[in-house]
Amino acid sequence: MNMTNKDYSNLADRESAKSKSYINIPAAFVSGGLICVIGQAFMNGYLALGVEKDVASSAASCTLVFLSALLTGFGVYDDIAKHAGAGTLVPITGFANSVVSPALEFKSEGMILGVGAKMFVIAGPVIVYGVLASVAYGLIAFGLGLY
Amino acid sequence: MEMAMEYIRAFAVGGAICAVGQVLIDYTKLTPARILVAFVVIGVVLGGLGVYQPLIEFAGAGASVPLTGFGALLAKGVKEALAEYGMFGVLAGGLTASAAGITAAILFGFLAALIFKPGDKT
Amino acid sequence: MAHKLGKYTYLTDAAPSVLAWGSVGSKKEAQGPLAPYFDLLNEDSTFGEQTWEKAESEMQKEAIAKALEKAGLSAPDLDCIFAGDLLNQCTGSTFGLRELGVPFLGLYGACSTMAEGLVLSAFLLDSGAMQKTAVITSSHFCSAERQYRFPLEYGGQRTPTSQWTATASGAAILGQNVSPPYIRAVCVGTIEDKGIKDQNNMGAAMAPAAFETLRRFFEDTGTNPDNYDLILTGDLGKVGSRLLDDLMQREGYHIGGKHSDCGLLLYDSNKQDVHAGGSGAGCCASVLCSYILPSIREGRLKNVLFIATGALLSPTSVQQGESIPSVAHLVHFSSLPN
Repeated sequence: MNMTNKDYSNLADRESAKSKSYINIPAAFVSGGLICVIGQAFMNGYLALGVEKDVASSAASCTLVFLSALLTGFGVYDDIAKHAGAGTLVPITGFANSVVSPALEFKSEGMILGVGAKMFVIAGPVIVYGVLASVAYGLIAFGLGLY
Repeated sequence: MEMAMEYIRAFAVGGAICAVGQVLIDYTKLTPARILVAFVVIGVVLGGLGVYQPLIEFAGAGASVPLTGFGALLAKGVKEALAEYGMFGVLAGGLTASAAGITAAILFGFLAALIFKPGDKT
Repeated sequence: MAHKLGKYTYLTDAAPSVLAWGSVGSKKEAQGPLAPYFDLLNEDSTFGEQTWEKAESEMQKEAIAKALEKAGLSAPDLDCIFAGDLLNQCTGSTFGLRELGVPFLGLYGACSTMAEGLVLSAFLLDSGAMQKTAVITSSHFCSAERQYRFPLEYGGQRTPTSQWTATASGAAILGQNVSPPYIRAVCVGTIEDKGIKDQNNMGAAMAPAAFETLRRFFEDTGTNPDNYDLILTGDLGKVGSRLLDDLMQREGYHIGGKHSDCGLLLYDSNKQDVHAGGSGAGCCASVLCSYILPSIREGRLKNVLFIATGALLSPTSVQQGESIPSVAHLVHFSSLPN
């Protein structure tokens, strides 16, 4: 074929449909915003029960994790995510979905090597690099005495 | 009224953070996994710089529910543990603060695997 | 004995026949425009099995049984079966066909496997070494998804250029020259790689392979698109099809009016959420074995060029940042023996 890889790549780009960002971005905004509103409602609920603020915030997140697991189990989280995109990916519910979905999927390979081993196949990097970043921050903060 | 404003702030800030994620999906070659890693790390950095806590004060769940909030929580945990244990806090702080979220994901993930089976997606 | 024409093309002497065929699909295929032509459509994509891998094997089992039944043959009549699928170590085929007791040759050419099997069958039948062979391939959306992409329940967004793996299987029984469709020529493709790395844009990765095979076939045979009723690629989807038309145009071949793609025929892309079209080893196999072969037998189509394309990537090669090599093989079916 008388075409360089670069020329072909440009041609392929021209022929490839682009993501409809004018739909995707507002959809992500609204769905992500709504998930946060639900989180806020749980938080306010726990505060009203007299729970301490930090605990209320954490408990609200855990409640969202539970709801996400439930929706994933019923097979609807991915249907919502198809439209919501980053709106269901970025909130903690997306993290939960990325833990629950492989756990569910790889049950066919057994409870240990399937569910157990594959549970963090997608979410693992988030924890690994989040923790490493926090260690780096801790070392800097300790070195500079910023605590 | 105050309550309504609280929800509007949560909606606007949480929505905006997710919209940034969508821009990254649509306009860069970053995979979702990389985007999530970036959000957590950015959360740690902003938390460490002391910028994220004011955002949580302002937007509540709008800032704590997105994964950047998870990152900020890791940083906050380290900071508190440093104050309590000194240098050992570098190791102990992050996961201590985020333990509930991770444990909840493991527990509910496991329970879901026991109860449900993956659906017919065709 | 088949003989070589030009550098890449082989003409058959005795023009082996496709005796019968069987096609199996599931829910999404049942909603598509080709549904009336399928032999079996099971709304339950588990096909009554516990795992998606077993479901895929069950599809192969049903497709081959249907094809044998329509040919009036039983498994021991076959000299050899050529089969392949997209799963690791091709277990979709081996587990599906293990009880048949037929000499087995497993193939891997990704979505081009159906054409690969037809090419090999044509050679062996034309040489007289074998009298009856079967070619079968399959793909299953769920088994492919969990192997190549994400768990089924994972909330990801598919890009507009991504293709939908068909849950389908197609089986063809071939024999000596008795009735149409006849295999008149084959062209074996080379591995092409123009540096496309996006696994969600397989059409773009595979179009150069289809282009090279088709161009060489026209050059070797001295024919052009006007000599054929249909140029059927599988499975370039929307993006790859446009690219192939464009690349051929640059060489002076106007295939636009003759060109269709199995990935675009199997589903209605306006109504069904399949983005750039269908794909998978079972996509072109089932389109061929449901709609195309009967049309040739009944004379509605006289000369068809079937060009199945395969993207030769693996999850590992994608993670290691490699580009996507691809291959395309061509089979010339005709309603006339010569």
